[in-house]
Amino acid sequence: MRLALPLRDELSGGPGFVPARRRRVHCARATVVTSAVVDEDADLVERLRAGDESAFVELLTRYQSRLLRLAQATVGSRAVAEEVTQDTWLAVMRGIDRFEGRSSFKSWLFKVLMNRAHTAAGREQRAGRPDEEIESRFDAAGHWIEPPVPWSDQVDDQLVATELAARVQSLLPSLPDAQRQVLILRDIEHVDPGAVAAMLGISDGNQRVLLHRGRTRLRALLTEEMGMKR
Amino acid sequence: MIRRWLAGRRRALVCRDAVALMSDYVDDVLDERDRARLDAHLAGCPLCTEYLAQLRATIDALGHAEPDDLSDDALDEFVALYRQWRTG
Repeated sequence: MRLALPLRDELSGGPGFVPARRRRVHCARATVVTSAVVDEDADLVERLRAGDESAFVELLTRYQSRLLRLAQATVGSRAVAEEVTQDTWLAVMRGIDRFEGRSSFKSWLFKVLMNRAHTAAGREQRAGRPDEEIESRFDAAGHWIEPPVPWSDQVDDQLVATELAARVQSLLPSLPDAQRQVLILRDIEHVDPGAVAAMLGISDGNQRVLLHRGRTRLRALLTEEMGMKR
Repeated sequence: MIRRWLAGRRRALVCRDAVALMSDYVDDVLDERDRARLDAHLAGCPLCTEYLAQLRATIDALGHAEPDDLSDDALDEFVALYRQWRTG
Protein backbone atom coordinates (compact mmCIF):
# COMPACT_ATOMS: atom_id res chain seq x y z
CA MET A 1 0.00 0.00 0.00
CA ARG A 2 1.29 3.45 -0.86
CA LEU A 3 1.87 5.62 2.17
CA ALA A 4 1.48 9.32 1.68
CA LEU A 5 2.31 12.07 4.11
CA PRO A 6 0.07 15.09 4.24
CA LEU A 7 1.31 17.86 2.01
CA ARG A 8 2.34 21.15 3.51
CA ASP A 9 -0.75 22.90 2.20
CA GLU A 10 -2.90 20.23 3.79
CA LEU A 11 -1.41 21.15 7.12
CA SER A 12 -1.52 24.89 6.66
CA GLY A 13 -5.16 25.33 7.53
CA GLY A 14 -7.72 27.45 5.79
CA PRO A 15 -11.21 28.81 6.06
CA GLY A 16 -12.72 25.49 6.94
CA PHE A 17 -14.33 25.96 10.31
CA VAL A 18 -17.93 24.91 10.53
CA PRO A 19 -20.27 27.61 11.75
CA ALA A 20 -22.16 26.41 14.79
CA ARG A 21 -25.50 26.88 13.06
CA ARG A 22 -24.46 24.37 10.40
CA ARG A 23 -23.31 21.56 12.64
CA ARG A 24 -24.64 18.14 11.73
CA VAL A 25 -27.15 16.85 14.21
CA HIS A 26 -25.56 13.44 14.68
CA CYS A 27 -22.19 14.84 15.68
CA ALA A 28 -23.21 18.02 17.35
CA ARG A 29 -21.21 17.62 20.54
CA ALA A 30 -19.05 20.70 20.68
CA THR A 31 -15.75 20.44 22.49
CA VAL A 32 -13.91 23.66 21.73
CA VAL A 33 -15.71 26.93 21.27
CA THR A 34 -14.03 30.02 19.90
CA SER A 35 -15.71 33.35 19.40
CA ALA A 36 -17.59 32.34 16.26
CA VAL A 37 -16.74 28.80 15.27
CA VAL A 38 -16.76 25.26 16.60
CA ASP A 39 -14.48 22.37 15.76
CA GLU A 40 -16.61 19.47 16.81
CA ASP A 41 -13.68 17.04 16.59
CA ALA A 42 -11.12 18.92 18.69
CA ASP A 43 -11.41 16.57 21.66
CA LEU A 44 -11.04 13.48 19.49
CA VAL A 45 -8.04 14.99 17.73
CA GLU A 46 -6.32 15.61 21.04
CA ARG A 47 -7.00 12.04 22.12
CA LEU A 48 -5.75 10.70 18.80
CA ARG A 49 -2.53 12.64 19.27
CA ALA A 50 -2.17 10.98 22.65
CA GLY A 51 -2.44 7.56 21.01
CA ASP A 52 -5.99 6.79 22.09
CA GLU A 53 -7.28 4.05 19.79
CA SER A 54 -10.89 4.67 20.77
CA ALA A 55 -10.57 8.22 19.42
CA PHE A 56 -9.42 6.80 16.11
CA VAL A 57 -12.41 4.47 16.06
CA GLU A 58 -14.77 7.34 16.81
CA LEU A 59 -13.32 9.47 14.03
CA LEU A 60 -13.44 6.50 11.70
CA THR A 61 -17.07 5.80 12.56
CA ARG A 62 -17.92 9.44 12.07
CA TYR A 63 -16.13 10.01 8.79
CA GLN A 64 -15.17 6.86 6.88
CA SER A 65 -18.49 6.39 5.06
CA ARG A 66 -18.57 10.08 4.22
CA LEU A 67 -15.00 9.98 2.93
CA LEU A 68 -15.81 6.93 0.83
CA ARG A 69 -18.85 8.67 -0.68
CA LEU A 70 -16.72 11.66 -1.66
CA ALA A 71 -13.84 9.52 -2.93
CA GLN A 72 -16.17 7.50 -5.12
CA ALA A 73 -17.50 10.71 -6.61
CA THR A 74 -13.94 11.49 -7.67
CA VAL A 75 -12.38 8.19 -8.70
CA GLY A 76 -15.49 6.25 -9.77
CA SER A 77 -14.40 2.80 -8.70
CA ARG A 78 -15.35 1.73 -5.17
CA ALA A 79 -12.17 -0.35 -4.85
CA VAL A 80 -9.97 2.62 -5.74
CA ALA A 81 -12.05 4.84 -3.46
CA GLU A 82 -11.45 2.45 -0.57
CA GLU A 83 -7.70 2.60 -1.19
CA VAL A 84 -7.89 6.38 -1.25
CA THR A 85 -9.61 6.41 2.14
CA GLN A 86 -6.99 4.05 3.56
CA ASP A 87 -4.26 6.36 2.31
CA THR A 88 -6.11 9.25 3.87
CA TRP A 89 -6.32 7.66 7.32
CA LEU A 90 -2.66 6.71 7.18
CA ALA A 91 -1.85 10.31 6.33
CA VAL A 92 -3.99 11.43 9.26
CA MET A 93 -2.14 9.11 11.65
CA ARG A 94 1.23 10.30 10.44
CA GLY A 95 0.33 13.96 10.14
CA ILE A 96 -1.92 14.55 13.13
CA ASP A 97 0.91 15.97 15.25
CA ARG A 98 1.47 18.64 12.62
CA PHE A 99 -2.21 19.53 12.27
CA GLU A 100 -2.33 23.01 13.77
CA GLY A 101 -6.06 23.41 14.02
CA ARG A 102 -6.23 26.52 11.87
CA SER A 103 -8.95 24.79 9.89
CA SER A 104 -11.45 22.37 11.31
CA PHE A 105 -10.33 18.76 11.43
CA LYS A 106 -13.13 17.85 9.03
CA SER A 107 -12.03 20.40 6.48
CA TRP A 108 -8.43 19.21 6.76
CA LEU A 109 -9.50 15.58 6.49
CA PHE A 110 -11.48 16.19 3.30
CA LYS A 111 -8.58 18.14 1.85
CA VAL A 112 -6.20 15.25 2.54
CA LEU A 113 -8.70 12.90 0.89
CA MET A 114 -9.24 15.06 -2.18
CA ASN A 115 -5.50 15.42 -2.79
CA ARG A 116 -5.19 11.66 -2.86
CA ALA A 117 -8.36 11.15 -4.84
CA HIS A 118 -7.23 13.58 -7.52
CA THR A 119 -3.93 11.78 -7.78
CA ALA A 120 -5.73 8.45 -8.06
CA ALA A 121 -8.19 9.79 -10.60
CA GLY A 122 -5.37 11.26 -12.63
CA ARG A 123 -7.54 13.76 -14.35
CA GLU A 124 -8.66 17.34 -14.07
CA GLN A 125 -11.99 18.46 -12.80
CA ARG A 126 -14.59 19.14 -15.40
CA ALA A 127 -17.56 21.41 -15.15
CA GLY A 128 -19.83 18.87 -16.78
CA ARG A 129 -22.07 19.31 -19.73
CA PRO A 130 -23.91 22.55 -20.34
CA ASP A 131 -27.17 22.98 -18.54
CA GLU A 132 -29.20 21.56 -21.42
CA GLU A 133 -32.10 20.29 -19.40
CA ILE A 134 -32.73 23.70 -17.95
CA GLU A 135 -32.30 25.47 -21.27
CA SER A 136 -34.78 23.12 -22.97
CA ARG A 137 -37.52 24.04 -20.52
CA PHE A 138 -37.76 27.66 -21.63
CA ASP A 139 -38.80 29.28 -24.87
CA ALA A 140 -36.66 31.78 -26.75
CA ALA A 141 -38.00 34.60 -24.61
CA GLY A 142 -37.03 32.77 -21.41
CA HIS A 143 -40.53 31.77 -20.29
CA TRP A 144 -41.45 28.31 -19.03
CA ILE A 145 -42.41 25.70 -21.67
CA GLU A 146 -42.43 22.91 -19.08
CA PRO A 147 -43.30 24.53 -15.77
CA PRO A 148 -42.46 22.68 -12.56
CA VAL A 149 -45.20 20.39 -11.26
CA PRO A 150 -45.97 21.21 -7.63
CA TRP A 151 -44.57 18.47 -5.38
CA SER A 152 -46.89 19.35 -2.58
CA ASP A 153 -49.94 18.31 -4.63
CA GLN A 154 -48.58 14.86 -5.25
CA VAL A 155 -46.26 14.05 -2.41
CA ASP A 156 -47.26 13.65 1.19
CA ASP A 157 -45.49 16.16 3.43
CA GLN A 158 -44.21 13.44 5.72
CA LEU A 159 -42.71 11.67 2.75
CA VAL A 160 -40.92 14.82 1.76
CA ALA A 161 -39.52 15.23 5.23
CA THR A 162 -38.42 11.65 5.85
CA GLU A 163 -37.71 10.05 2.50
CA LEU A 164 -36.32 12.75 0.28
CA ALA A 165 -32.97 12.43 2.04
CA ALA A 166 -32.81 8.68 1.34
CA ARG A 167 -33.79 9.25 -2.26
CA VAL A 168 -31.16 11.94 -2.61
CA GLN A 169 -28.50 9.58 -1.30
CA SER A 170 -29.47 6.93 -3.84
CA LEU A 171 -29.62 9.44 -6.70
CA LEU A 172 -26.26 11.06 -6.05
CA PRO A 173 -24.31 8.55 -8.20
CA SER A 174 -26.43 9.65 -11.19
CA LEU A 175 -24.81 13.08 -11.19
CA PRO A 176 -21.63 13.93 -13.09
CA ASP A 177 -18.60 13.51 -10.82
CA ALA A 178 -17.68 17.17 -10.52
CA GLN A 179 -21.23 18.19 -9.63
CA ARG A 180 -21.48 15.35 -7.13
CA GLN A 181 -18.24 16.35 -5.41
CA VAL A 182 -19.37 19.94 -4.98
CA LEU A 183 -22.82 18.90 -3.75
CA ILE A 184 -21.33 16.53 -1.19
CA LEU A 185 -18.85 19.07 0.10
CA ARG A 186 -21.19 22.07 0.09
CA ASP A 187 -24.69 20.80 0.83
CA ILE A 188 -23.99 17.60 2.74
CA GLU A 189 -20.76 18.35 4.57
CA HIS A 190 -21.21 22.13 4.70
CA VAL A 191 -17.58 22.84 3.92
CA ASP A 192 -16.75 26.50 3.36
CA PRO A 193 -17.07 27.51 -0.35
CA GLY A 194 -13.50 28.80 -0.55
CA ALA A 195 -12.13 25.59 0.93
CA VAL A 196 -14.20 23.53 -1.53
CA ALA A 197 -12.85 25.46 -4.50
CA ALA A 198 -9.30 24.97 -3.20
CA MET A 199 -9.82 21.25 -2.60
CA LEU A 200 -11.17 20.70 -6.09
CA GLY A 201 -8.68 22.99 -7.78
CA ILE A 202 -11.37 25.11 -9.38
CA SER A 203 -12.34 28.77 -9.26
CA ASP A 204 -15.03 29.99 -6.91
CA GLY A 205 -17.16 30.85 -9.92
CA ASN A 206 -16.84 27.36 -11.35
CA GLN A 207 -17.71 25.90 -7.99
CA ARG A 208 -20.90 27.95 -7.90
CA VAL A 209 -21.79 26.81 -11.41
CA LEU A 210 -21.26 23.17 -10.47
CA LEU A 211 -23.32 23.63 -7.32
CA HIS A 212 -26.15 25.20 -9.25
CA ARG A 213 -26.13 22.49 -11.91
CA GLY A 214 -25.91 19.71 -9.37
CA ARG A 215 -28.83 21.03 -7.33
CA THR A 216 -30.86 21.63 -10.48
CA ARG A 217 -30.17 18.16 -11.80
CA LEU A 218 -30.93 16.53 -8.48
CA ARG A 219 -34.25 18.40 -8.21
CA ALA A 220 -35.15 17.09 -11.68
CA LEU A 221 -34.15 13.52 -10.74
CA LEU A 222 -36.23 13.69 -7.58
CA THR A 223 -39.21 14.84 -9.60
CA GLU A 224 -38.76 11.97 -12.05
CA GLU A 225 -38.38 9.57 -9.15
CA MET A 226 -41.78 10.66 -7.90
CA GLY A 227 -43.27 9.78 -11.25
CA MET A 228 -43.78 13.34 -12.37
CA LYS A 229 -42.46 15.36 -15.22
CA ARG A 230 -39.32 17.30 -14.55
CA MET B 1 -38.27 59.54 -17.46
CA ILE B 2 -38.58 57.24 -20.47
CA ARG B 3 -34.94 56.29 -20.17
CA ARG B 4 -35.46 55.29 -16.53
CA TRP B 5 -38.56 53.31 -17.48
CA LEU B 6 -36.61 51.52 -20.22
CA ALA B 7 -33.77 50.73 -17.81
CA GLY B 8 -36.30 49.28 -15.40
CA ARG B 9 -37.78 47.16 -18.15
CA ARG B 10 -34.35 45.84 -19.13
CA ARG B 11 -33.62 44.84 -15.57
CA ALA B 12 -36.74 42.73 -15.23
CA LEU B 13 -36.00 39.02 -15.12
CA VAL B 14 -37.60 36.31 -17.23
CA CYS B 15 -38.13 32.88 -15.68
CA ARG B 16 -35.00 31.34 -17.23
CA ASP B 17 -32.83 34.05 -15.70
CA ALA B 18 -34.62 33.74 -12.39
CA VAL B 19 -33.89 30.01 -12.21
CA ALA B 20 -30.24 30.67 -13.07
CA LEU B 21 -29.94 32.94 -10.02
CA MET B 22 -31.71 30.70 -7.54
CA SER B 23 -28.78 28.68 -6.25
CA ASP B 24 -26.84 31.83 -5.34
CA TYR B 25 -30.07 33.29 -3.94
CA VAL B 26 -30.49 30.36 -1.56
CA ASP B 27 -26.86 30.72 -0.47
CA ASP B 28 -27.34 34.45 0.04
CA VAL B 29 -24.43 35.35 -2.22
CA LEU B 30 -26.34 37.37 -4.81
CA ASP B 31 -25.53 41.05 -4.97
CA GLU B 32 -28.19 43.42 -3.78
CA ARG B 33 -29.38 44.33 -7.27
CA ASP B 34 -29.88 40.76 -8.45
CA ARG B 35 -31.54 39.82 -5.18
CA ALA B 36 -34.02 42.66 -5.58
CA ARG B 37 -34.71 41.66 -9.19
CA LEU B 38 -35.30 38.06 -8.21
CA ASP B 39 -37.50 39.04 -5.27
CA ALA B 40 -39.57 41.16 -7.62
CA HIS B 41 -39.87 38.34 -10.13
CA LEU B 42 -40.84 35.79 -7.49
CA ALA B 43 -43.52 38.08 -6.14
CA GLY B 44 -45.35 37.80 -9.45
CA CYS B 45 -44.43 34.30 -10.64
CA PRO B 46 -45.94 31.27 -8.89
CA LEU B 47 -44.10 28.86 -11.20
CA CYS B 48 -40.68 30.13 -10.23
CA THR B 49 -41.79 30.31 -6.60
CA GLU B 50 -42.70 26.62 -6.80
CA TYR B 51 -39.37 25.83 -8.46
CA LEU B 52 -37.52 27.68 -5.69
CA ALA B 53 -39.43 25.74 -3.03
CA GLN B 54 -38.43 22.46 -4.69
CA LEU B 55 -34.82 23.58 -4.91
CA ARG B 56 -34.84 24.43 -1.21
CA ALA B 57 -36.40 21.05 -0.40
CA THR B 58 -33.68 19.34 -2.45
CA ILE B 59 -30.91 21.20 -0.63
CA ASP B 60 -32.52 20.45 2.72
CA ALA B 61 -32.72 16.76 1.80
CA LEU B 62 -29.03 16.80 0.88
CA GLY B 63 -28.28 18.07 4.37
CA HIS B 64 -29.86 14.93 5.78
CA ALA B 65 -28.42 12.40 3.30
CA GLU B 66 -26.57 9.78 5.30
CA PRO B 67 -24.10 7.36 3.71
CA ASP B 68 -24.21 3.65 4.46
CA ASP B 69 -22.96 2.70 7.90
CA LEU B 70 -19.39 1.52 8.24
CA SER B 71 -19.38 -2.27 8.28
CA ASP B 72 -17.81 -4.18 11.18
CA ASP B 73 -15.34 -5.81 8.78
CA ALA B 74 -14.20 -2.47 7.43
CA LEU B 75 -13.87 -1.11 10.96
CA ASP B 76 -11.74 -4.10 11.97
CA GLU B 77 -9.48 -3.58 8.96
CA PHE B 78 -8.89 0.04 9.83
CA VAL B 79 -8.23 -0.73 13.48
CA ALA B 80 -5.70 -3.35 12.38
CA LEU B 81 -4.11 -0.71 10.18
CA TYR B 82 -3.97 1.68 13.11
CA ARG B 83 -2.36 -0.87 15.39
CA GLN B 84 0.15 -1.79 12.72
CA TRP B 85 1.08 1.85 12.35
CA ARG B 86 1.31 2.39 16.11
CA THR B 87 3.70 -0.50 16.52
CA GLY B 88 5.74 0.73 13.57
